[in-house]
Amino acid sequence: MHKNANGSTATASEVSSREDRFQHHDYYLLDDLLESDHLLARESVRAWVKREVSPIIEDYANRAECPTHLFRGLAEIGAFGPSLPAEYGGGGMDEIAYGVIMQELERGDSGIRSMASVQGSLVMYPIFAFGSEAQKKKYLPKLGSGELIGCFGLTEPDHGSNPSGMATHIVDDGDAYILNGSKMWITNSPLADLAVVWARAEDGKVRGLIVEKDMKGFSAPEIKGKWSLRASITGELVFEDVRVPKANLLPEVKGMRGPLSCLNKARYGIAWGAVGAALDCYDSALRYAQERTQFGKPIAQFQLQQKKLAEMITEITKAQLLVWRLGSLANAGKATPAQISMAKRNNVHMALQVAREARQIHGGMGITNEYPVMRHLMNLETVLTYEGTHDIHLLITGLDITGLNAFV
Amino acid sequence: MKSLVCVSKTPDTTTKIAFTDDGKAFNTQGVQYIMNPYDEWYALVRALELKEARGGTVTLINVGPAENDTIIRKGLAIGADEAVRVDAEPKSAFFVARQIAHYAREQDYDLVFLGKETIDYNGSEVGAMVAEMLGVPFLSYASHMEMEGDTAVVSRDIEGGTETVEVKPPFVISAAKGLAEQRIPNMRGIMMAKRKPLNVIEPVEAEDPAVAVHYELPPEKGDVKLIDPENMDELVRLLHEEAKVI
Repeated sequence: MHKNANGSTATASEVSSREDRFQHHDYYLLDDLLESDHLLARESVRAWVKREVSPIIEDYANRAECPTHLFRGLAEIGAFGPSLPAEYGGGGMDEIAYGVIMQELERGDSGIRSMASVQGSLVMYPIFAFGSEAQKKKYLPKLGSGELIGCFGLTEPDHGSNPSGMATHIVDDGDAYILNGSKMWITNSPLADLAVVWARAEDGKVRGLIVEKDMKGFSAPEIKGKWSLRASITGELVFEDVRVPKANLLPEVKGMRGPLSCLNKARYGIAWGAVGAALDCYDSALRYAQERTQFGKPIAQFQLQQKKLAEMITEITKAQLLVWRLGSLANAGKATPAQISMAKRNNVHMALQVAREARQIHGGMGITNEYPVMRHLMNLETVLTYEGTHDIHLLITGLDITGLNAFV
Repeated sequence: MKSLVCVSKTPDTTTKIAFTDDGKAFNTQGVQYIMNPYDEWYALVRALELKEARGGTVTLINVGPAENDTIIRKGLAIGADEAVRVDAEPKSAFFVARQIAHYAREQDYDLVFLGKETIDYNGSEVGAMVAEMLGVPFLSYASHMEMEGDTAVVSRDIEGGTETVEVKPPFVISAAKGLAEQRIPNMRGIMMAKRKPLNVIEPVEAEDPAVAVHYELPPEKGDVKLIDPENMDELVRLLHEEAKVI
């Protein structure tokens, strides 16, 4: 264990204030492909993460507490809906800028990136894309400024990979809908002011509704006991005869296209974010290998450690190329859901492998919170599963290339 | 207040410093650059705070090639109104000061801000030279500055204490830690910066009479000697005889 100056074992909060010495790694000079606002966005979010996230994250993750004070900071830096138009509380940036921001947030912690992904891609985006003008004016600026926190309800206890089997439903009741059902694994739900909820209407079509925190019959209990994304709060959404005014129905979309288009936005961000987590693990492992001496020389001089490090930067570089190209396609409006699936699946799996190798390079220290690696490793187990599991994304690619559906 | 803030480009603080084989220049290969932190965190932010409190404008000036535009855009993203880049290699402090003074003389600024030093060459020369060329006072190492009416009250870091000075604009002020707090530009600022003017101007002639002839790195640190805490006499002997520090 880490010993502090007076010889006692340091507490988590003491070691959590370790200095964030992260340096950028750009083996293929991809920065040459980025524009100055992408580079500035990256530099700003990195500086913000170093100042606001790195000093506290180990402590919050250790205590399984969400650093809710960071919502306001995320809003101020512009991490909520950066690619939405400025008039609706967004940043007016392009998709690569959005990706770079997600990468830097996840370099800090996947849970912090999740806070921003949900607010921007899963709450602000559907209101922007499918909401009425009144809904956009009412909610988006306050969501962009962090005054309101949102969550997204699609997954149900019995419907995870098969969301279209959802049981949550609405029944027409004059000027309102009566909403019944429940949702599970909802990031931010226990502290959210509103939820974008997907429910089946009487005609069988899936519809989106904005459900506000104080509506009668609506509750959002927290899910405890996670060994992953411990600095992010997760809960359920429970609806018992909740009267949702018809004005809260998202008018512009019917069917699964609504929630799936939100997930595309979020998965795109995750493909970038995973690169951030991988970079942080690699950065820590490279430095540790150069500083840690065994048998009279730095362990970075041993072939087996070099193999790990060389493979890590190779895989990271490939993933960086993948998301840069995906970002260019997204900017041109050409990125397909299947392409996004491929990038999400590849990059998260890559990051998890990098985290595991980095954990080994750190030896015993790799399991402690003196280094960020074990936290990333545990976080990435969630990222591998949420927003479409690793296996489901493979089947999406399979469907895309064969035209044959392996889901049913 | 009409302020001019001089910003320079320096290697990132994590850069491993190396020189070319002949020792005549800094080896720039693989170096990542940032805005000089004293210019960015303290000089620029204090100028912006004064503008926010009293109105006016904040203009950035940089002497350097086109690749410096990213750093200049950052200054605009933090909040400066406009920027000027003198399109020339910043060959020496004298050359840079001559460019800044030439531009400032035509523009009638109340205040010229810059960092107390750049974190690469540590010259602390440009501010004094600009002030001399403009014929205005120079307040160096300022860690606090308030405007009271038409008079500035400036606290300067001096050895073992603080000196407080009253001075009326125009003057040149070099910023030390404490003058302001770092501002991280947000995404909105970054997007607004794209639309702010960045004017490129040609340099004026300026030959520096002093020329840097050689650079070398400090000697490598020697091995660490561990002394038993009980053996104070040995520690004192080594500090006296080998390290020669006591």
